Amino acid sequence: MYRIVTKKVLTPTLVLIEIEAPMIAKKAEPGQFIILRVDKDGERIPITIHDFNREKGTVSIIYQIVGATTEKLSHKEEGDYIQDFVGPLGNATEMPGCKKVAVVGGGVGTAIAFPVAKKLHESGVHVDLIVGFRNKDVVVLEDEFKKACTNYFVGTDDGSYVRKALVTELLEEQINAGANYDAVFCVGPMMMMKFVCKVTQKYNIPTVVSMSPIMVDGTGMCGCCRLTLKEADGTSVTKFACVDGPDFDGFKVDWDESVKRGKMYGEWERHKHEETCNLFKKEVK
Amino acid sequence: MPNMSLTKNPMPSQEPDVRNKNFLEVALGYTEEQALDEAQRCLNCKNPLCVQGCPVNVHIPQFVQKIVEKDYEGAYQVIHETSSLPAVCGRVCPQETQCEMHCIRGKKGDPVGIGRLERFVADWHNEHVTEAPAKPASNGHKVAIIGSGPAGLTCAGDLAKKGYDVTVFEALHLAGGVLVYGIPEFRLPKKIVQKEVDGLKAMGVKFEMNMVIGRVVSIDELMAQYGFEAVFVGSGAGLPMFMHIPGENLCGVYSANEFLTRINLMKAYKPGADTPLMPLEGKTVAVVGGGNVAMDAARCSKRLGANVYVVYRRGMEELPARKEEVEHAVEEGIIFKTLHNPVEIHGNENGYVSGMTCIEMELGEPDASGRRRPIEKKGSEFELPVDCVIMALGTSPNPLIKSTTPGLEVNKKGGIVVNEDGMTSKLGVYAGGDAVTGAATVILAMGAGKLGAKGIDEQLSK
Repeated sequence: MYRIVTKKVLTPTLVLIEIEAPMIAKKAEPGQFIILRVDKDGERIPITIHDFNREKGTVSIIYQIVGATTEKLSHKEEGDYIQDFVGPLGNATEMPGCKKVAVVGGGVGTAIAFPVAKKLHESGVHVDLIVGFRNKDVVVLEDEFKKACTNYFVGTDDGSYVRKALVTELLEEQINAGANYDAVFCVGPMMMMKFVCKVTQKYNIPTVVSMSPIMVDGTGMCGCCRLTLKEADGTSVTKFACVDGPDFDGFKVDWDESVKRGKMYGEWERHKHEETCNLFKKEVK
Repeated sequence: MPNMSLTKNPMPSQEPDVRNKNFLEVALGYTEEQALDEAQRCLNCKNPLCVQGCPVNVHIPQFVQKIVEKDYEGAYQVIHETSSLPAVCGRVCPQETQCEMHCIRGKKGDPVGIGRLERFVADWHNEHVTEAPAKPASNGHKVAIIGSGPAGLTCAGDLAKKGYDVTVFEALHLAGGVLVYGIPEFRLPKKIVQKEVDGLKAMGVKFEMNMVIGRVVSIDELMAQYGFEAVFVGSGAGLPMFMHIPGENLCGVYSANEFLTRINLMKAYKPGADTPLMPLEGKTVAVVGGGNVAMDAARCSKRLGANVYVVYRRGMEELPARKEEVEHAVEEGIIFKTLHNPVEIHGNENGYVSGMTCIEMELGEPDASGRRRPIEKKGSEFELPVDCVIMALGTSPNPLIKSTTPGLEVNKKGGIVVNEDGMTSKLGVYAGGDAVTGAATVILAMGAGKLGAKGIDEQLSK
């Protein structure tokens, strides 16, 4: 069992929890993920590591309440325990030789972009952190973000905060203004990553994307997290996000396939979420 | 006077039409009368060939004679001397190609039902003996075992008996490896695996769950920082293999590993489970492959209400699965499309499987494996309407241990290289089971676990 040390509700659907997991904290690196189960019969879900504290022995994650499992997790408070917490899984993000990069995050992805930006920034790389949110109510963690980069750019889909702009627009502006990035690191919803890659491909800027497909074991056994990389010569190869990733060359990812695979249990998930919410409502009554 | 009946006592089982709708155990086990009758078929050979056929050399005639004497606990103790998992082996071992294949009674008639007797004895013990096994005196040596599947559990058991301080590290949240994520409840009830694990705990073996060795701690760190003098790697099979045909990543194409893990480990077959599985009631499933794993996937699909095909490129005679599993599958209404091979999987506009193109095959000359090579019949393609495809084609070793353990030699296929004592290219690091051989059987993994334990004991007691 793993204790929730702190809990911060960032928005009504976005929650940060810090978990006591000293061995994972010791090894965690930006870009890696954990798998957790909330309770004894719970499903295993992968969540990217947001931050870690090696001295304190804690690992932080930020999750969005989208399904039954994250709903259940959101009812756990500071001092409560979750059943399982496994990691660090996947390969750490590597951007060797880069002097100037853009780190692009969208939605809950901004939480994942943070440790990568921070690590690069701390190692002396010029980091432009470009983040996008739906509206001003869901803008989170700005103080932390600003400390983790050289320049911070933010936009909202509806213009209710700072300015109305998608991350693709913000990124393209910087490129056109002569940013001359060595590489772009991008994490967020699949459609956002796909369109960021469309922009960067136009300017031929190598782009690393952090994929978050559905997983079961997360340790290289089940093959659920597979995706297709298309090579320039027309051949394609199957990769497994849990052991080969989660970072991949964004120009090679077969986005349409990954988007479809990501929705495989969508309907089931919505139904299950509703059912779980109703259960919690009953308990409250 | 031995019982000279030419036939084995049949195994009482759930009726096919009943069991193909539930996940309860298919085989119900011998009654005491049946066990006694069957045990009396053993001739108690002076030079028992059956023992040589057993990868862990269970003293078969001795335990069978104990049954004849109605000393069932005595029989259990005989088996337990060499096998850590009698209740498991009695259920999932391919006895027909091991001990029973060598049984002298099999020359004329059926061999003695050794597997069924082993199961009877183990179940009798589990039902009647409640006291935990004694914890042996410690010899002060610390050993780490990576993976809690059959190889790891066997190695842990053998070392614990000798007084080693054993810690088993498991990546998943439950101990048992393939015994809990792979083999379905109806072939191996999970409470039996739990019982074996509990027995090891009583002997002092520690289990650390959620530990992905290579990520959270490396093998080198286990030895240098955590004081383990030897390590046994029983990390099992890894990533599933696919055919590399179009459509393999459509929604509704599962690897057998994923499909079985969702069902067995995550209990997706139970109503209200948190882990999803596509609904199969009234749907059509094609399982591609012909091994035991393919049979398990097919029989699970059937129990979830699907119409099920097994698509295999060779013939019925060549199916690598145990004969008993194939017979059970046929009885349960699974349709075998042998001498067929998929060439493409089709999807609908939402990316879900809608059908599969198959091609007919014929058998040519034997290939390097000694089996007749399947050859495509040109122009024989046809459409098989299916909603779900399960690829049961085997696995390749997990790259994690290799990539995080400098100096660990692996072969071309990625299997860990070991010498005749089970030791790897690194001093003090042993390995066995699927991590070494690629996908094989529970009992072979147990044999490798025993060999590893012996090697470790010899090294550390020098």
